[in-house]
Amino acid sequence: MEKAIVLAASAIGAGLAMIAGIGPGIGEGFAVGKACEAIAKQPEAKSSVTSTMFIGCAVAESTGIYGFVVALILLFINPFVGQL
Amino acid sequence: MSKFLTGITEINVTGPKIVWSFNVAGVTINITETIVLGWFVIALITAFVLWITHDMKKVPSKKQAIAELIVTTVNKLVDENMGKEHRNYSPYIATLFSYSILGSLISMLGLRSVTADFNTTITWALITFFFITYSKIKTNHLGGYVKGYFSPIFVMAPLNIISEIATPVSMGFRHFGNIAGGMVITSLIYFALTGLSNAIGLPIPILTVGIPAVLSVYFDLFSGFMQAYIFISLSMAYIGGGYSKEE
Repeated sequence: MEKAIVLAASAIGAGLAMIAGIGPGIGEGFAVGKACEAIAKQPEAKSSVTSTMFIGCAVAESTGIYGFVVALILLFINPFVGQL
Repeated sequence: MSKFLTGITEINVTGPKIVWSFNVAGVTINITETIVLGWFVIALITAFVLWITHDMKKVPSKKQAIAELIVTTVNKLVDENMGKEHRNYSPYIATLFSYSILGSLISMLGLRSVTADFNTTITWALITFFFITYSKIKTNHLGGYVKGYFSPIFVMAPLNIISEIATPVSMGFRHFGNIAGGMVITSLIYFALTGLSNAIGLPIPILTVGIPAVLSVYFDLFSGFMQAYIFISLSMAYIGGGYSKEE
């Protein structure tokens, strides 16, 4: 019974952790939108704008990745079951 | 073959399997799938490099032209991002890129990605962190390096130390998270498609044949290439930034 409660709580926690995906989604959307504007203004700078945008997106993505790692740990490693 | 007939009926996401383990002075050392496949990738790259640079001449053959193209491309990339004087980093950058991209693309053969193991990516991130610290100490000397932690005022020291540690940790987690996330989503899709085929009443889960390949183009090809590129870009940016003089 205790184990079932802990497993359910872990699953809910993993779901809540993935709410972290909202932030990077909005942030990367802004970044790509601005990159499109920049390319429209200066089509000759396309390659450097694109590579800078991808690096910026990758950096913005890391908070989402942290949330995902927490969700993975909660779902597949079950650290709290061992503490019963 | 049995997997093909029955489909994937349970979600099975685990860490790398342990192939072999032995004891050295009471410490258990596990040889995991990642290590074996990692050495496979290393052997592949080494064989390719030995083959392509074999028998070089003044007038380049087709093979040698490809080798020269690769070297010129990497040198140009390093020149643009770090400056011409740091061109000696280009072998490191090329090594990271080739290992990362082959380590990710190995999942196309049905093997486990080398980069879907946190140990691999954190090791690369730590090597980059070593180079960042080396470049900072070389430019500003030890006194200036230590002083950098206490700027602008000494109260900021804990925050500066945390941000210094966050660099390799975030680099490692980013690469690992992207590849592992693709792996998890792919296995979830196989599970869902198997369930869907069973629900429709197909004897063989035929839906799992074509559809995952489309997603694999994004999660394996695009993501693997992108993460390798981002990893070397960030490495070059951080190491190049370490050479800038602090006032």
